[in-house]
Amino acid sequence: MAVEQLSLILLILSPFVGSVVAAFLPATARNSEAIFAGAIALINLGIAIWLGPSVRDGGVVRMEAPWIPLLGLDFVLRLDGLAWAFVCLISGIGLLVTIYARYYMSPQDPVPRFFSFLLGFMGAMLGVVVSGNLIQIVFFWELTSLFSFLLIGYWHHSQSARTGARRALLTTGAGGLCLFAGMLVLGQIVGSYDLDVVLFSGEVIAASPLYPAALILILLGALTKSAQFPFHFWLPGAMSAPTPVSAYLHSATMVKAGVFLLARLWPAMADHDLWFYILAPIGAITLLMGAALALFQQDLKGLLAYSTISHLGLITLLLALNSKTAAVAAVFHIMNHAVFKASLFMAAGIIDHEAGTRDIRRLGGLAKAMPITAALAMVAAAAMAGVPLMNGFLSKEMFFAETVETHVQGSFLDSLLPYVATLAGLFSVAYSLRLIDQVFFGPKATDLPKKPHDPVIWMLLPVGCLVLICLLVGLFPGPVIGEFLETAVRGMLLGEKPYYSLAIWHGVNTALIMSVVAMIGGIIAYVALRDWLSGDFEGARMPGRLALRKRVERAQTALGRAWARSEVWLGLSHLQPQLRWIVCVAILTIAWPFLFRSWAIQPGAAEQPDTALLFVWLIGGACAIGAAYQAKYHRLAALIMTGGAGLAVCITFAWLSAPDLALTQVLVEVVTTVLLLLGLRWLPKRKEDIREAADLNAKRRRAADAVIACLGGVGLAALSYAVMTAPTNPDGIARWLLTYAYSEGGGRNVVNVILVDFRGFDTLGEITVLGIVALSVYALLRRFRPAVESVQAPTQKTFQDKYDAQRHESHADDRQIDAHYLLTPGLIMRLLFPLIAMMAMFLFLRGHDLPGGGFVAGLTFAVAFLLQYMAGGARWVEERLTILPTLWIGGGLLMALGTGAAAWIWDLPFLSTYFSYKELPVVGKIPVASALIFDFGVFTLVTGATVLILVALAHQAVRWQRMTGKGEKIALEEDR
Amino acid sequence: MEIVIAIAIGILTASGIWLILRPRSFQVIIGLSLLSYAINLFIFSMGGIKVGSPPLLDPSQTDLTIYADPVPQALVLTAIVIGFATTALFLVVLLASRGLTGGDHVDGREDR
Repeated sequence: MAVEQLSLILLILSPFVGSVVAAFLPATARNSEAIFAGAIALINLGIAIWLGPSVRDGGVVRMEAPWIPLLGLDFVLRLDGLAWAFVCLISGIGLLVTIYARYYMSPQDPVPRFFSFLLGFMGAMLGVVVSGNLIQIVFFWELTSLFSFLLIGYWHHSQSARTGARRALLTTGAGGLCLFAGMLVLGQIVGSYDLDVVLFSGEVIAASPLYPAALILILLGALTKSAQFPFHFWLPGAMSAPTPVSAYLHSATMVKAGVFLLARLWPAMADHDLWFYILAPIGAITLLMGAALALFQQDLKGLLAYSTISHLGLITLLLALNSKTAAVAAVFHIMNHAVFKASLFMAAGIIDHEAGTRDIRRLGGLAKAMPITAALAMVAAAAMAGVPLMNGFLSKEMFFAETVETHVQGSFLDSLLPYVATLAGLFSVAYSLRLIDQVFFGPKATDLPKKPHDPVIWMLLPVGCLVLICLLVGLFPGPVIGEFLETAVRGMLLGEKPYYSLAIWHGVNTALIMSVVAMIGGIIAYVALRDWLSGDFEGARMPGRLALRKRVERAQTALGRAWARSEVWLGLSHLQPQLRWIVCVAILTIAWPFLFRSWAIQPGAAEQPDTALLFVWLIGGACAIGAAYQAKYHRLAALIMTGGAGLAVCITFAWLSAPDLALTQVLVEVVTTVLLLLGLRWLPKRKEDIREAADLNAKRRRAADAVIACLGGVGLAALSYAVMTAPTNPDGIARWLLTYAYSEGGGRNVVNVILVDFRGFDTLGEITVLGIVALSVYALLRRFRPAVESVQAPTQKTFQDKYDAQRHESHADDRQIDAHYLLTPGLIMRLLFPLIAMMAMFLFLRGHDLPGGGFVAGLTFAVAFLLQYMAGGARWVEERLTILPTLWIGGGLLMALGTGAAAWIWDLPFLSTYFSYKELPVVGKIPVASALIFDFGVFTLVTGATVLILVALAHQAVRWQRMTGKGEKIALEEDR
Repeated sequence: MEIVIAIAIGILTASGIWLILRPRSFQVIIGLSLLSYAINLFIFSMGGIKVGSPPLLDPSQTDLTIYADPVPQALVLTAIVIGFATTALFLVVLLASRGLTGGDHVDGREDR
């Protein structure tokens, strides 16, 4: 891989890595955080500058890593001129913002979080611009929405920050989902998600009948992001963010992502009437509305926010015109706006920081108190207004010139554009003038919360840099920005460069006249409105009926309420209705093959039933029904009957050629029964006054449940009968497994070979689950608090103790199991331990060829421990045996993983197995397979998990009796 | 033979469904046990049923069609063990809920 590709990876990776690192720096490390974040931005800027020559003449740097090539999903990084220009903006302004933020953030703010999010956002933004795959763009796009949510809501103690953040996320996030859908449609049209293919498929895309769908969906994404009418409402709300965030997100990045996407897809999608007819009106309305509303804001940042909306409208309008020179103007204005708006936001932040308020009415006469800030802000505001010799003037002239041209023949909208443009220009002059005049001039403000003065030089430096760029570009456009702009334009237009001139003076033409009109009109408008503007009204918003914001909020509230109500309707706060739903849907699924797949019951197809098995199931069925009947009041009886049904299942497995299953089932039956027996102790006593039985409602519910249960039973019985009697497929997977079990897996027990070899990966997953569940059980039990009335020893136990005390000598510790308790069985159980352990080993070793294996052996070994606990009690066992089940679980998992990973040493895929037969002195020929080690891991883990679960539960009784014995019962009751 | 297994599955399923729709948590745990028997048997029966021919390869036997299908068996084997683990998890959750709420209703509070 060439150095260029590597540097692209570094470009995209460094901010994310930095984000993680920044999160772990100490909370007070403002300096190191800022230096660190700044260094990353600087590295990225350096990479961009270094890559500049490669993309200058329409060149493209590409890095590809296949991910799911079959679906057209590859990780592609693609840097062309346009992306390069954005990388420069993002990292350059990012660098200045980090410097600025160092001095803006107060020592009380948790800065690690701030810089971590900022770097994450930078990474996401870079990801959007250098992605070479449509889906990948959407991924990073959504990431920018998430990070902007976190940044806007940074001061989450403030209500307005939370509301603003949520509104921004909902709007841009929903737009992102539309964009995703749109990208999928676009990918379908082109037949590829690769950007290089898409960009050169403009004709195919425009001719496709799916074009409108793709366009509308993609525009929903781009327009929400760029805060275009009618989705502009989130942007003013986002002003609750810390000012460095506003300066970054709303000048060079977040909102620019939307117009970047329009510019990106411009060669592929702009050549269609619909593009103009959708985008042009939206752009024009946003441009005019934003500019007009900006004039009536009282909040300094609010003014800048609406001005941003307006300028984005301008860019959108330019991109809508489907003319290459307009596209040049759009790209140029994107850059200019980023530079002057970032500096203005920073200046607004300085004013807020030093004067303590952003309310334009309260500010005034600051030019004397903070002369440097005033000078810088004035230049930047002049650029915003489009005053000659500033960068804003150049792109605005280009814009005016474009609106005069005819783009769509006979369109009323097209001929209206020059007037819209001039009017918007007029407003922008007026609000820029107001910003300067009412903040820096006029009577000196007297009631400011702080005494304003110029800030430290480091806070002014970023503003100064940006303002300097404004001036240099305005004065010497050709040498300063010419090459940069050309690179971006060539990148956007796929290598083409239309004719345009960056000269300041074009002679007296229509555009200049429009500028002059706007300038003079703006001044007049401001002077006329000045006194009224300082009057007593809050910042203007959209007139009531058009304000989508209110509607969205109302819809949100309504949705929330409907959600709350649906909880009642659908019974979401009760378990039973939910289970009822699930069961009903399952029954419908059972009916499906019979109704629509013409499955049928063929009575003749079955073999004659075996009388013995029939008898087994007479008992098994009776047990199951009995358990269902008794589970409410006679728990022990129900448990015993469940065991009976389980045994019937076990016999069935043995009968029907599944010895492994029968072994496993009988062992699981044992441990499950013990488990539930241990649990019974903590359950409440029978409640006589449960009214349910008598209640008419309850009766109805029981009847309905009975019907559902019968339907389910009949359905599943019918389904299994239909499958069992259907002809089997002789060429199914079973045949392959049977053929190769011995030659490939080295075992004759095919079930075991499947578990440890063919599907070893599944088994690995399953034992992992087992381990996790066991640990969860253990963790839950550590914080277990029983109900007060179950803490005392149960009646039976106290009764037994009393009886024992009468008959024998009383023993020292009454909680130790009496030596006379279960004397003979206890002795046998103790003696059985080595025998069962040996049995477990036997089952384990023969598992590859005969019924047995890790699962069965593990359960057997666990039963050996279990018997010891039963015979001697927890304390007796633990004085003699140290069992560390958690180590067994971890060790088993590591062993299984290690066996799998060992295959890598021989360059084989994970979990490949090796086997041969070895002669052992006494035992004879045994199979030596790596699968055996894997199976040993399974064995160890199963033993550990089973023992851990049971012992943890068994300990509770001992633990709580001990605690009550120490008089902690009172404490326990107080606890509740 | 098939009819016995089918009816067995049916009875286990019906009892299990009835129990999981009950309000007492112990009923639900017993119901889940019964239901898992039913489902294990059901999955097991998917391979067709054969008597006396476990999938333990006999070197002298060349006809592979006589063996029972090992795939559902392998599936069910791990399902049985995992079933035990989930029963344990559910038991502990119900015990915790019993301790916290004082009752054993599945919703943590009595109806109405």
